[in-house]
Amino acid sequence: MTNVSIMTFNILSILPILILSGFGMIVLLVDVLSSRRLGEKNLLAYISLIGIILAAIFARSPAGTTLFSFNESFAIDNYSLFFNFIFLLSTGLTILISHSYIKREEINHGEYYALILFSTIGMMLMAAGADLLNIFIGLEVMSISIYILTGFKRSKLISNEASLKYFLLGAFATGFLLYGISLVYGSTGAINLKQIASFIASKGGISDPVLLMGMGLIIIGLGFKVASVPFHAWVPDVYEGAPTAITAFMSVGPKAAGFAAFLRILITAFGSAHDEWQKIIYILAILTMTTGNVIAIAQTNIKRMLAYSSIAHAGYLLIALVSANDMGVSGTLFYMLAYTFMNIGAFAIVIVLSRKGDEFIQINDYAGLGFKHPLLALAMTLFMFSMAGVPPTAGFVGKFYIFSAAIKSGYIGLAVIGVINSVISVYYYLRITVIMYMKEPTREFAPLTISPLIVAAIAISVIGTLHLGIFPSKVMEIAQQATLMLK
Amino acid sequence: MIHYLPILILFIVAVGFAVTNIGLSAILGRRKPTAEKLSPYECGINPVGSARERFSVKFYLIAMLFVIFDIEVVFLYPWAVAFKSLSLFGFIEMLIFLGILLICYFYIWKRGGLEWD
Amino acid sequence: MLNLVALILLFPLIGTVINGLAGKRLRKETVGYLACGAIGLSFLVSFMVFIGLLQLPPDERLFEKHLFRWIESGSFISAAALQVDPLSVVMILVITGVGFLIHLYSIGYMHHDKGYHRYFCYLNLFVFSMLLLVLSNNFLLMFIGWEAVGLCSYLLIGFWFEKKSASDAAKKAFVVNRVGDFGFALGIMLIFLTFHSIDFTEVFSAVSHGNFEKGSFTVTMITLLLFIGATGKSAQIPLYTWLPDAMEGPTPVSALIHAATMVTAGVYMIARCNALYLLSPFTMTVVASIGVITALFAASVGLVQNDIKRVLAYSTISQLGYMFLACGVGAFTAGVFHLMTHAFFKALLFLASGSVIHALSGEQDIRKMGGLKPHIPVTYKTFLIGTVAIAGIPPFAGFFSKDEILLEALVRGNFIYWSLGAFAALLTAFYMFRLLFMTFHGECRVDHHAMEHLHESPKNMTLPLVALAGLSFVGGFFGIPGANALEHFLAPVLGGHGHTEVRGAVSAGHHGAWLPYLMMVISTAIALVGIFLAYQMYIKKPGLSKKLAERFRLIHKLLLNKYYVDEIYDAIFINPTKKISTQVLWKVIDVRMIDGSVNGIAWLVGRIGSVLRHLQTGYIRNYAFYIVVGCILIIVLAVFGR
Repeated sequence: MTNVSIMTFNILSILPILILSGFGMIVLLVDVLSSRRLGEKNLLAYISLIGIILAAIFARSPAGTTLFSFNESFAIDNYSLFFNFIFLLSTGLTILISHSYIKREEINHGEYYALILFSTIGMMLMAAGADLLNIFIGLEVMSISIYILTGFKRSKLISNEASLKYFLLGAFATGFLLYGISLVYGSTGAINLKQIASFIASKGGISDPVLLMGMGLIIIGLGFKVASVPFHAWVPDVYEGAPTAITAFMSVGPKAAGFAAFLRILITAFGSAHDEWQKIIYILAILTMTTGNVIAIAQTNIKRMLAYSSIAHAGYLLIALVSANDMGVSGTLFYMLAYTFMNIGAFAIVIVLSRKGDEFIQINDYAGLGFKHPLLALAMTLFMFSMAGVPPTAGFVGKFYIFSAAIKSGYIGLAVIGVINSVISVYYYLRITVIMYMKEPTREFAPLTISPLIVAAIAISVIGTLHLGIFPSKVMEIAQQATLMLK
Repeated sequence: MIHYLPILILFIVAVGFAVTNIGLSAILGRRKPTAEKLSPYECGINPVGSARERFSVKFYLIAMLFVIFDIEVVFLYPWAVAFKSLSLFGFIEMLIFLGILLICYFYIWKRGGLEWD
Repeated sequence: MLNLVALILLFPLIGTVINGLAGKRLRKETVGYLACGAIGLSFLVSFMVFIGLLQLPPDERLFEKHLFRWIESGSFISAAALQVDPLSVVMILVITGVGFLIHLYSIGYMHHDKGYHRYFCYLNLFVFSMLLLVLSNNFLLMFIGWEAVGLCSYLLIGFWFEKKSASDAAKKAFVVNRVGDFGFALGIMLIFLTFHSIDFTEVFSAVSHGNFEKGSFTVTMITLLLFIGATGKSAQIPLYTWLPDAMEGPTPVSALIHAATMVTAGVYMIARCNALYLLSPFTMTVVASIGVITALFAASVGLVQNDIKRVLAYSTISQLGYMFLACGVGAFTAGVFHLMTHAFFKALLFLASGSVIHALSGEQDIRKMGGLKPHIPVTYKTFLIGTVAIAGIPPFAGFFSKDEILLEALVRGNFIYWSLGAFAALLTAFYMFRLLFMTFHGECRVDHHAMEHLHESPKNMTLPLVALAGLSFVGGFFGIPGANALEHFLAPVLGGHGHTEVRGAVSAGHHGAWLPYLMMVISTAIALVGIFLAYQMYIKKPGLSKKLAERFRLIHKLLLNKYYVDEIYDAIFINPTKKISTQVLWKVIDVRMIDGSVNGIAWLVGRIGSVLRHLQTGYIRNYAFYIVVGCILIIVLAVFGR
């Protein structure tokens, strides 16, 4: 008879995850129980929203300290809370913009909401993961849900293709990640980030090639998730094929989760080996920004353009990762929040304007929008300005923090490349504005069906983008507190 | 390293023995190839049609459902072994786990995942 | 009650937002009364804040209201915070009080305009910005207000933008102000570099703790740069040229922005920074000299102008010169006192002239007026009060404040300041009464078409006139020598170096206690002489002015053309700039180099993009191959890259 002990845990630390799991299952049950009535499934959207709000309410931590659970594999602190907030926000906004979209596309199945909730759970696990295995499990929970969501338009070939591509390449990349984890475990004997850090510290840095290789493979696995070049090739195809609302979700949530894990692993575990990984990330950052921005210019489909733009934004965030100072970390948090608002906002407008079967998503279709629907065009302009980094929008402040972080750490060249890249990006972001306001419409605008939920999503995004742009200091303060937790 | 020398010697002897024998049989042996001798199976029934048949996707569904529930149920064994030391807390944990499993079962059932047609 | 201070800003902002967004759909009456109500409420709250401040002991009359943290970047921190102290309270009372009357007047004056709601939206925004300027507790927020009033001024000068002259004048105002604002912004940066803060309290306490030597180079630079900003906003030499052209805007705008409030921002700013300015005797000399020269210069131009509003515009420049003279000799209280009285009587004069223009269906040339006195009696009476006040006849407001400045100029400055100022006062009395006589007295030169429509303005226009006339009459008593209430009130901000010390010196017999009284008599005499001359020339012997103009043709022409300053600026600054801009900057640098390189890079980037696009084959095997390539690259870098 062996003696097995239950690992200690604090119920508060996992309460948001429990709530989301519960609500995910409730959504499934309500869906199957009411499937006879093929009516409106508004109820499911509302249930999911309530779950998200409850999870947000219960997401809290003792101020300034880290709450460890499950044998120190799960950490709730200001850092994971900040990311949890970003995840819940992006999930909430996604549900708001999905509601009318999935009805129009006739993919109005209850599993849609449940899967979104489950993938959010995965993200929260990733952000709170204090050991490599937990991060890996979170990543899998998140990814598998999103693989399915990508192929949610079952009758559309392009959606199936996207889903399969994402799944196969995702599995490939996951292999790298897992292999990296096992190599790290093999050479340090630990999967806990803190223990890895103390092992490296005791050796006075990394010299073991096996450990270095493990680290490199982990970077590849996570680099795939955040869509950094050259692990980005899936992004345009998958973004284009996935249902637009899921594209919006994918471009924000998993990316944020990827960066949450990236920062935690590289700074907490490999913090003392900064010299070893900074050059890798340095090159990845330059490649990612430049490739994303340059190819985005040549796009004609707005979803593909936003896909490349999301690659470029990952590049900016990698700059913050390279600088690896407090400002870089808090800049990443801030930028991710800003990106959530502006990117989901932009996708919301794409959804409002597109028609059944994802018609009307060529950039030229936006000609004359400024006269026909001035408010929508104005909101779109705001989001584009924010992504291009024009003050007084959130994107500007975020870029400002990231580039200053790079300069503070002495990466002046990288900051200069980043600025040049944002200048390039202005071209394709502003092109949309120019087309909206200065070109005659090429075809008739169909009467729009705008549901109050999507209007709420756009309004929240506009307010968020402006608020972060004009009054950044309060949020930045919170982000800075979150930073302290990593060291 | 000196301790490993016998292993090295054994390794060389083993490889040498195999190489020698195969080499000798290749040099010394007689070869008379016929059509019968070259076919993959010398005995048994001739194959009927291609082996690459298309299965109904329902097989996969059932198989996957089986695997999922199978693995989850396996989880009960270590729990049962350590039941005493886990005490009431473990019991409640397992009840929650089974509850989730039941919900999944219910969901699959209602969705029609268990029906063949 | 001091906590209410944020409401003062809030009301005009609400008015702006409502009128800006929904004004088109609201009824005209609603728009007007909404805007007026917003300013009226603002005034009430200002008054309550004033009462609240009075309840504090004089030394503790400083209240800071922190609204939110605004910008934070490294060691640079700027809060959005408001500051209530005697100086800002005087300013907000003037702004909201006079502003309210002018809003009320505008309801009648702008009634027939189709841009009614746009007008009130801008006007409310202006009041908001101006209040922000005077209430802010740091230089940056003040700068925001400073820029925002500039914007409103631009929008309102060009309010009738269909008229080319109006849009040109707006542009001119904007560009000239940019020059000044540039200096101001540089000054703020230098302040941050020097003091590591842009908070008024911190900067001035650092100054007063004596870390800086008197006359130090940095402080002189700071004060000079700030003063450049002031010359732009407050229309002093050499950046005054925009103000006369700004008269293209609606008359109430001229009254509010270009006479009573915005143009005095420079004076407010220097009074606010008095601690800095006192450290730099050189800057003080510059300020005083520019002030007195501007006063004299503008007054001389005002002598011969024939447009009723232009005369008033030059008079405004001249009066602002007096305020700078006061600041320059260190008599900040006197400057602020004159600022206040000037706001009353100049707003009155502008509004009254607006009433004249209104009555004459838009005529502004005084040569086509005359004899209007019986037709528009209320306007005449109030205009008379304003004229007497600006000319400096006791006991009207202008007398006390101008007398104060001249006395200070003599006691603390030198005889030259005084004599130039006194001569300008003579000219002021002369041209103002010339304006009065030519407009209201003598024979009627109005053409019969306008004569038919000649009418007194409606009640809501005359009421503000009467109220402002009252203020112009009693405004001077706030600062009456002997029991100088304003001086005591402002002393905590502007310091004991107001004129208490002078008075002390005076009563100690330094110059003799009789000096102030003698000065009063002299001032009055000067004003009377000016009035007498004007009476002689324009009532008694109407031909005389023409003869004089013939006799001194050269001088007359010089004055009539405003010393050709606009033409000189055109020749020295504008035309060469235009030439360089078109020939070099545009045709060579812009088109060839910048456009060329930009287009070239865009073309190149586009090409690269199209090439790289082909990497996106859509095949998973290719994508996986990229991953493997990346993997090899990373492993090589990680393991062997050391």
